[in-house]
Amino acid sequence: MFQILRKQEMAKGTIIRFEINAPKIAKKVQAGQFVIVRINDTGERIPLTVADKDEFSGTITLIFQVVGKTTALMRSLKQGDLIKDIAGPLGQPAHVSNIGTVVMVGGGTGVAILHHVAKAFKEAGNYVIGILGARDRDMLILEEEMTAICDELVITTDDGSYGDRGFVTDSLKKYLGERSDIKMVYAIGPIVMMKFVSKLTEKYKVPTMVSLNPVMIDGTGMCGGCRVTVDNKVKFCCVDGPDFDGHKVDYEELEKRNSLYLKDEKASLLFSIR
Amino acid sequence: MALLDQDVKYLKFKTYLPCYCPHCKKTFNVEKRDVKYLNFTGVYEGADVDVKISPYLNVFEQESSIPLKEGDLFEDLKCPSCNKSLVNPDIVCGDCGSPVGEVILSAYSRLIPFFSCLKVGCEWHGLTRADERHIKIKIPRQEMPEQDQKLRIQTYQEVPYGYTTELASLEAGRCLQCKNPKCVEGCPVNVDIPGFIKCIREDDFDGAAKVVKEKNVLPAICGRVCPQENQCEEKCILGIKTKPVAIGNLERFVADWERKMDLVKIPIIKTKLNKRIAVVGSGPSGLTVAADMLQYGYSVTMYEAFHEAGGVLVYGIPEFRLPKSIVNFEINYLRELGLRFEMNHVIGKILTIDELLEHFDAVFIGVGAGLPKFMNIPGEALGNVFSANEYLTRMNLMKAYLFPEYDTPKPRGTKVAVIGGGNVAMDCARTAIRTGASDVTIVYRRSRQELPARHEEVRHAEEEGIKFRLLTNPVQYLGTDGNMVKGIECIKMKLGEPDASGRRSPVPIEGSNIVLPVDLVVVAIGNGSNPIIFQTTPNLNRNKWGNIEVNQQTNETSIPYVYAGGDIVTGSATVIEAMGAGRIAANAMHKKLSAKTKKTTNSN
Repeated sequence: MFQILRKQEMAKGTIIRFEINAPKIAKKVQAGQFVIVRINDTGERIPLTVADKDEFSGTITLIFQVVGKTTALMRSLKQGDLIKDIAGPLGQPAHVSNIGTVVMVGGGTGVAILHHVAKAFKEAGNYVIGILGARDRDMLILEEEMTAICDELVITTDDGSYGDRGFVTDSLKKYLGERSDIKMVYAIGPIVMMKFVSKLTEKYKVPTMVSLNPVMIDGTGMCGGCRVTVDNKVKFCCVDGPDFDGHKVDYEELEKRNSLYLKDEKASLLFSIR
Repeated sequence: MALLDQDVKYLKFKTYLPCYCPHCKKTFNVEKRDVKYLNFTGVYEGADVDVKISPYLNVFEQESSIPLKEGDLFEDLKCPSCNKSLVNPDIVCGDCGSPVGEVILSAYSRLIPFFSCLKVGCEWHGLTRADERHIKIKIPRQEMPEQDQKLRIQTYQEVPYGYTTELASLEAGRCLQCKNPKCVEGCPVNVDIPGFIKCIREDDFDGAAKVVKEKNVLPAICGRVCPQENQCEEKCILGIKTKPVAIGNLERFVADWERKMDLVKIPIIKTKLNKRIAVVGSGPSGLTVAADMLQYGYSVTMYEAFHEAGGVLVYGIPEFRLPKSIVNFEINYLRELGLRFEMNHVIGKILTIDELLEHFDAVFIGVGAGLPKFMNIPGEALGNVFSANEYLTRMNLMKAYLFPEYDTPKPRGTKVAVIGGGNVAMDCARTAIRTGASDVTIVYRRSRQELPARHEEVRHAEEEGIKFRLLTNPVQYLGTDGNMVKGIECIKMKLGEPDASGRRSPVPIEGSNIVLPVDLVVVAIGNGSNPIIFQTTPNLNRNKWGNIEVNQQTNETSIPYVYAGGDIVTGSATVIEAMGAGRIAANAMHKKLSAKTKKTTNSN
């Protein structure tokens, strides 16, 4: 059992932040890795990327958007409540090294994970440029944290209610055009966003890493549910990823696979409301 | 010498046995209840005397008209009707080696020679072993009562009900109690099979369970899922002429009996060794190591990646083949023996093998078959194409068949194809038919003879209406606009020359492509090795299949004090083989650690 030490609602309650007591995981987890969460005896196993950790107080931070039944149930948990199972850390950590200038692109809840990876890149001595995208001002999360980490930070909103109006790709294009010293782009967010970021950087021949979040069950390579096609090869996201070369990922296939259970998700949610 | 009635138990039900002279075929006694003795003429010191011998198998009495001392020997025994000698010079008493008299016994509408010793006081009378064998062959192998074929596909309850005590006694009566039992050689953990069957014959079911448990910690599980027809039962001598003794069914019976009668006792571990063992993975090999090491007196901690212990026993094997209550019972037994569980611990991630070695004296790795194999053909990424691991994990461990009560979505399909012909494929197919599929087909590239699944599983599958498309191999999966699978394009195969493994390898027949309409596909073609442990343990050597390399005698890996066993060493195999590997590792571990203790105490 894992206790929730702190709960915070963000983006009008659609994104939740938990600080959870998990000393063993906190000791080991690195930026980019995830955990599998199962909240109760009838619960499903869902992967959530660790957004932050505090080795000294033995806590990990999970930030998630409320989309399905499990995340809806998790929102109903309060400070002090217990989560049945958390297994991790799983997956490969992000490949962080001192390479010079990196651009960190985050969209929606992806910013939560991005901020952990960005922190690691900054600590490794890189010049970090952050580009955050959100639907509108209310949906933007972790702005303060990212301001503290990044050397430069650009914020874009779809409706222009905050920062620049437009998509993250618009700002990224500007940077790629202006600066030739960008060694890497790291993108986390909705699949569409990662797809277009990768398409853009391919033109400029800038190496791009993306963090994928497919459907997962066990998270240890055993079920193969999280298979993605990268460079025309089948990869298991849980053991080979979640980070992959953005130029080689088959996004169309991933998009389709991720939408397979939308109906079930709704049915499950309706069942729990009833 | 033990009397015959123990050996040929069912003959006891007949109160007396009609006997005939082998020469004149006259009966010695008529079927009358008051007949107590058979009358013969015996020759003693040259003189004829009357000899009476009891015809009852469970008592042996000799009486004669003159007083005789114990140890006296009749020179001859004659038929009272034809006066010919009944002594058979080819046979001697099984006890004292004296000559024997022979009559013909009528049992079960056939005639058998029956012998009695001519020495006064020697109690031997009976059949020769060869004749016992003939009679035993007459008793058919007892099958377990099973659920109705039509009704059982509506439920998840176990298909066979198991033996009743009567059936178990009858089946146990078939065992020949061989002096050099071949069945024990066939068992990977060398259970004393004749020993426990003997206990069943003596109605000592509790004792039988104890005999089994000396070697096998999980008898209720092995009795259900072991491929006995390729192991102990394959070696059974009865199997040459007729069907072998149903050893697996009997094992299951004694384990179930012990559990149901609440006779399972937690043994008290006398010696406590001040040493710690880490077991990685809670499947059959890990559980065996844990049980053995606990009994030696070690403290054992078991690390499990999932939220539930049992490994393949809980995520893989479905409820109708192995009820989860039984797995939980066995695991709780180990818990009470003192086994400590650490759930949700993925070793290699949260703790590495090296870190475990800092805290433990030895480590056993039994993490099982890791990475599901795919055929790498077009369309495998379509919706409703699952690996067997995913399909079974969803259904069994996550209880998706109870969706939406349980949160994990249930894979839905009415026309299901399962690729592969092993036990896992049968499990998937039989799970599918229980979750509402109207049409389930096994697609296998070789012929029926090569099906690797247990015969019982194939039979159960067929009874439940599962179709077999043999000598057929998928080429690609076809999808709908919604990206769900709608068909499999297959190619027909024919069997070519035998390959290195001795099996005839299938060769595609060009232009024989067909399309099977399906809406759910389960790929059950085996597993590769899971990379997680190797990623953080670079000095762990791997064999050419990518599995952990071990010393065959000790199951020790390339890292000292780190042992491994089960599917992570052998690739996909059986529960009992994994347990056998666990047993070898536990013995070697104990030996090495004991030797180490001695050394350190000596040097002190």
